This record gives sequence, structure tokens and C-alpha cells, in this order.
Amino acid sequence: MRELPTLPMPAPEPPAEGYTRREALVMGLFALAAAATTTGCAADKLALDDFVAKHFKDLSPAELQDRLAQMEKRYTESYGKPVKVSATPAQEGVLFGYALDLSRCIGCRKCVYGCVEENNQSRDPQTHWITVLEMDKEGGVNLQNANAFYDHETVPAPGKFYMPVACQQCENPPCVKVCPVEATWREPDGIVVIDYDWCIGCRNCIAGCPYGARRFNWGTPGIPKDEFNPVTEYLGNRPRQRGVVEKCTFCIQRVRQGLYPKCVEVCPVGARKFGNLLDPESEIRYIIENKRVYILKEELNTQPKFFYYYGL
Amino acid sequence: MALGVFAASLLTACRPVEEHVPRWSKAAAAAVRQADDTTKAPAKTPVKTAAAQFPVAPPPFSDGVFPCSECHGKTDVVNRTPHPVEFHEDIVLRHDEKNRWCLDCHDAQNRDKLHLADGRLIDFTESYKLCGQCHGPTLRDWKAGEHGKRTGMWNGEKQYLLCANCHSPHSPGFKPLKPQPAPVRQEAIK
Repeated sequence: MRELPTLPMPAPEPPAEGYTRREALVMGLFALAAAATTTGCAADKLALDDFVAKHFKDLSPAELQDRLAQMEKRYTESYGKPVKVSATPAQEGVLFGYALDLSRCIGCRKCVYGCVEENNQSRDPQTHWITVLEMDKEGGVNLQNANAFYDHETVPAPGKFYMPVACQQCENPPCVKVCPVEATWREPDGIVVIDYDWCIGCRNCIAGCPYGARRFNWGTPGIPKDEFNPVTEYLGNRPRQRGVVEKCTFCIQRVRQGLYPKCVEVCPVGARKFGNLLDPESEIRYIIENKRVYILKEELNTQPKFFYYYGL
Repeated sequence: MALGVFAASLLTACRPVEEHVPRWSKAAAAAVRQADDTTKAPAKTPVKTAAAQFPVAPPPFSDGVFPCSECHGKTDVVNRTPHPVEFHEDIVLRHDEKNRWCLDCHDAQNRDKLHLADGRLIDFTESYKLCGQCHGPTLRDWKAGEHGKRTGMWNGEKQYLLCANCHSPHSPGFKPLKPQPAPVRQEAIK
């Protein structure tokens, strides 16, 4: 019988910073006891606050402010620079849409690494929110024969085309449906977000996503301090802990301030387009109305807000 | 170079700069004058200029080549027959080169400008108008934000890139790039 490859499992190492849920539970009990005997200490208090933290949607405005201030303090200490954590609400009358021109993408992966830097993805172990697939022009979009590990001297390689895939921000998201604790949901502006403090790491959403867009933190994320992006969002690029799921948020920390997502700005060929689907003057509407547009796995009725198109 | 600048300044000092009149089109010249008059006329309401409508990145000049009039004077002998050009040997023309030549786009009289097919002079920052003469649908898509990269705000101020920022006007094909590293295979993540 053939020996099956083993799943990469995290080594049982003591976490450097923060506590696991189990430890927090134990410590929380101790902290409760300590609080009862009025001999509590600061570290225990923080772990307790984490453990008893409410779901993002259940936080009152005052509790949210407390939580944000607490996070800012903690991240500022960990990364040695002032960190801002915001919880910017969705803008009224906005539904975000994204378009990607398959006839222009050259597969240079600049978007992948631009995203890593902007969204504080783990460098080691490696986490990428964007996967760039290489396929044969002759075969068309055939995901079964796609290769994400191509390594050429220069791109585009002859006879190949490229299809970057990240979260499709579905209107009918299967990942949200299968989450047993409602730690992930769709915001009014169409962005599917995750509350990292509510995620239990069951990875049902990873199995549920038909686009392979979600990533699990098997290990403690490693980000060099000098590369850490200090402009963060609660439901976006703030540091994640081991054992939670993350994915593309259309750069929620940028787009809710009116900026283009990072991948749009780093793309050297201008293949990536972004805008408000409810604004008839936006470039995204122009593309949908004038170009050959299609969505990935349309038959699943996920209704993505990510559109692929052919500009040429 | 310094000598050239000196010579050019001497030339301009000796010969008062005349208003540019494209010799090959009197009608175009009239149109230019008319266009100038409209811009000079006092506008009651602030007019949205082309520059404000499409705020573009600076044109990608090689170091020290602009302004062109530092070397090119009015005394240049204009030779419209394609021939190798001294000091510009690095330019390889791969852009319908059998039918086109430098002075189809660059203006012979005012070297710091480009000219459209009808003789109207335009700045290098408006070069998209020149490109759009042949590439009409592309210009239309560029204006709508479909072709080319825009940076800034999706709901506010954007910066456009000029056609020439990505496509060298002399050989516009997009050059291949070295890709960033491939992702680590899942089985290799420890």
C-alpha cells in the first residue's frame, strides 16, 4: 500500500505571545478566582478580556472603543511602532465590485506580494491571499490543469495565460453558511469579513469555499517588525493569531477610506479594476456594461462580486 | 551640453520667438489661433481643463532630454526622410516603422511639443490625444478607466498614467517581467 503524505500539523510548541483558548480558559478561571480574592495581575486580565470578548456585532460603541484601544496598546508594544486599529463602518449606497482583465494579466505575482505587505500576512509560515494560476491558452479556463507554482525567467510564458484568484466576495457565500459560530459574515458593502477573535478554527469555511480563497494559520504568524503595516482594521489586516482563518477583504482598511485596494495599485499592467457597483459612472460599471465579463463557477449560485473579463 | 545650452539661449536671444504656424496647414493654424483665443477669453465659471479631468503622471523622459529645445533650435534642417538620427541611436522604432517617422508625432518647429495630425500642438502631458488618433477605442477605454492603471481613490481623485508610462511610444509592446517567487508548496511548510 502506498504511503500517504501526512498533513502538516503544528508542532506542540509553547506560544510565544498570547495564549491559546484552552490556556486562556484555565487562566481565566484562575483570573476569576484571583479577581475574587483581589490579587489579579495585568497579564491575566488581558487574557481574560480576550476570552470573554463579545462577538464584534454584539459590542456596544463604548465596548468597541475599549477593545480597539486595548488592541492598539498590545500591537504597539509587540511591533515597536504606533499601530492604529479602526472599525470603520460600511459607506451608505456602496457595493464593492472588482474586475480583472485576463487578457492583460502577465502573471508577475506583484499583487500577491503587495497584498502580503499591505495586509500583514504571515511571512513564515507563508500565507498568500492571492493565488495566480497559470493555464494553457489552448485549454481555456480549465482549473484542473492550472499551475500555481510556475517559475519562469520572464512572464508571460509563451502559450500561457494567468488567472489570479482570491476571495470572490460572494453575495451568497457558502463559507458564511457553514460557519458554526457566525464568526464570518457579509457586510452591507459586500465585503465578507471574519472576526478573528470569534473564529474557533474549525475550517468548515475552507471546505465550503469553492474558490480555495481562505487560509488557515497553522502556526503563529511571523511578520518582521519593520515590515508590519500599522494602519489596520478590526475586521481586516490586524494581526491574526494561530488557529484562525483569514482571507482577502478587498483591503477593507483602504477601500472604506476611499482608496483603491493595494493589488489594484501595484499591478504593472492595469489588469485590476475596482469600484462601486451602485455608481453608474464607475469604471466597474463601464466594464460590466461594455466588456465580455464572466464569473467563476457561476453554476454554484454564489453570486461573486469579482468579475473576470477580456478587455482586448 | 553647456555649450549647446549657451548656443540655444544665444539663438533665442538673437531671434525673437515667432508664433508657431504649421506650414503644412493654414486651416489648422487658424484653428490653433481660435483655440488659443477661447482659452484666453475670461471664463465666468471655472472651466474643467483637460489637465484637471485627466491628472496624469509625469511623462517618462530619459534623464536630461527635456526640454528638447536645449539642443534643437529653429535652424534645424528638417529632413522628413527616415534616416539614422545622431544622439538618438538608442531609440529603436518598432511602431508601424515602415510608415512613420519622428516628425509624424514630434513637431519640427517647436521641439518641446507634439502635434496632432491636423497640426494642433499639444504638450507631452496630453500625449494620449496623439495616441488616440490611431487607437481610438483604447483612448475611449482609458478615459473610462478600463484601459491602463489608475491610482488614488475609487470615489475621488485619481491619477492616470499616460500611455507612454507603460508603452514606450517608439516600441510600445509591453516588455516581459521577471515574476515574483512562486508560493511555497503546502507540503514544504513546516
